[in-house]
Amino acid sequence: MGSITLKQVTKSFGDVNVIKPLDLEIKDGEFIVFVGPSGCGKSTLLRMIAGLEDTSSGNIEIDGNDATKTPPAKRGLAMVFQSYALYPHMSVRNNIAFPLKRAKVAPAEIEAKIASAAKILNLGDYLDRKPGQLSGGQRQRVAIGRAIVRQPSAFLFDEPLSNLDASLRVNMRLEISELHKSLATTMIYVTHDQVEAMTMADRIAVFNGGVIEQVGTPMELYRNPVNRFVAGFIGSPKMNFIDVKPVDGDPTRSIGVRPEHLKVTQEQGLWTGKVGVIEHLGSETFLHVHVDGVGTLTIKDDGECPLQYGDQVNLTASQNKIMHFDKEGVTLASLSWGDNAVVAQ
Amino acid sequence: MANKNSNKSKIIYTLLAWTISGMIFFPILWTLITSFKTEAEAISASPSLFMFDWTLVNYSDVLNRSPYFDHFWNSVVISVGSSLLGLLIAIPAAWSMAFVQNKRTKNLLMWMLSTKMLPPVGVLIPIYLLFRDFSLLDTKLGLVIVMTLINLPIMVWMLYTYFKEIPHEILEASRMDGAGIVEEIFHVLLPIALPGIASTLLLNVILAWNEAFWTLILTAANAAPLTAFIASYSSPEGLFYAKLSAASAMAIVPILILGWFSQKQLVRGLSFGAVK
Repeated sequence: MGSITLKQVTKSFGDVNVIKPLDLEIKDGEFIVFVGPSGCGKSTLLRMIAGLEDTSSGNIEIDGNDATKTPPAKRGLAMVFQSYALYPHMSVRNNIAFPLKRAKVAPAEIEAKIASAAKILNLGDYLDRKPGQLSGGQRQRVAIGRAIVRQPSAFLFDEPLSNLDASLRVNMRLEISELHKSLATTMIYVTHDQVEAMTMADRIAVFNGGVIEQVGTPMELYRNPVNRFVAGFIGSPKMNFIDVKPVDGDPTRSIGVRPEHLKVTQEQGLWTGKVGVIEHLGSETFLHVHVDGVGTLTIKDDGECPLQYGDQVNLTASQNKIMHFDKEGVTLASLSWGDNAVVAQ
Repeated sequence: MANKNSNKSKIIYTLLAWTISGMIFFPILWTLITSFKTEAEAISASPSLFMFDWTLVNYSDVLNRSPYFDHFWNSVVISVGSSLLGLLIAIPAAWSMAFVQNKRTKNLLMWMLSTKMLPPVGVLIPIYLLFRDFSLLDTKLGLVIVMTLINLPIMVWMLYTYFKEIPHEILEASRMDGAGIVEEIFHVLLPIALPGIASTLLLNVILAWNEAFWTLILTAANAAPLTAFIASYSSPEGLFYAKLSAASAMAIVPILILGWFSQKQLVRGLSFGAVK
């Protein structure tokens, strides 16, 4: 079991409210990702769930029991830290055995659990080494090993991959997803990397300034972001935003188009601009087009893009891919694209 | 050119370092040499550094006249005892200051340090009276208590500096792993901070060993450590430089040996936290 419910949870440091009253229900076995920019409160909330940070008000329930005042050791949760937080003076074996020894598990059972964790995480050859003798990826595996042997009701990951290099990060991402599939245990994963959030999550909670802007599956957030913040945060490259002239009866103040929905066209499009920097990634190309009165728009084109720096291009997008936002940045639901007057050309 | 310059400055710095070290060490060397002279040579108006009749008579006189090993044992008990007792208090204090900080922690640390700025003589009368009333005068226990209190601020500060360098997350991980505060301190914090604890212990043994104000005032015969033993050669019958030197040499040699073998540890301890 590993359901976690947050009820009107808040956190203040002095006069600063880092978490504003917040409700969230995390289902048993779910992989939920907390994503948001630095300082948005996502790590603080994770630490509150872990019990490492006091809750200023509200309740945290784990499996239906109020755990708001329960010390971290008694919450039955395991945490993997960004810095791995391994015990430097202990061998890998003792690092993994540490939580089991604290729980007074029988030595034979401890050995069996270490062996099984080592097998799952490919740590068999390193059990007698100290953390200092391991690479970053291996250390992260030990940290995960230390977490899984306890068979916690939920795993908490605090930006576990940010200290790894890019290729290792992709591998570990897959390994953690694989682990989730095989263990089917609740996982709460904090990251500022929206790619990690999109690729790993069952559901994503997007944080901003101590509030959750939106919770949903990755594709829900991609297709139907509730506001400009979520629309801009989810998706890579970032969505293009264009401010528009207010028109009577139309609350639209800005529109947004994802780079992959903008097309270069021979016919007259919605915007005309000059090609700036072109980034070739092999499989795809990012074009940065300067449009007078609008700014720079990013276009995701295919890998064989023939355009050159300085070329004049017309850009278009299908109407149903253009999102409209009101003056507060809230997404306007199912607004049909009126006339071209809304585009500030 | 740059290489030549850096070689030149290296030579200058090396010479400077040796000169300063020589100046610091010279009194100790002089004491050691004087301890092998006769009293007549020791007070000679034109003393010689090496050209004299070397003798061990001062050492045998000193050993015959006073119970050196009793004093030595008192020094060991007082310095080691006070350092261990100090650690027992300083470790939890430094733990809370490093890991459970509040806005008054810094002030508390500064206040602790400020007590070291008070001249000891300022509290001489109250401490003497307290010792008299609690029958602690001339007892090892009394000296252990005073040494512990005197050196506690330094111990807390040293350990605090060490503990601050230990990533907070490691202790949090142990809490997540089911460790209570005692387990967290014994299984995680102390083993990681062992080098720091060892150098704190060493430095405090040395400080307590060399302390001469309180040991001279609060002891007479029973608990008198080596500092009192040296002092006993300085007054009643006039000055006997050679015997005084022999006594001094016998008092400082054990701690010099300890310092020599632990110098790496000590330097690391004292400069810890200064550079990453």
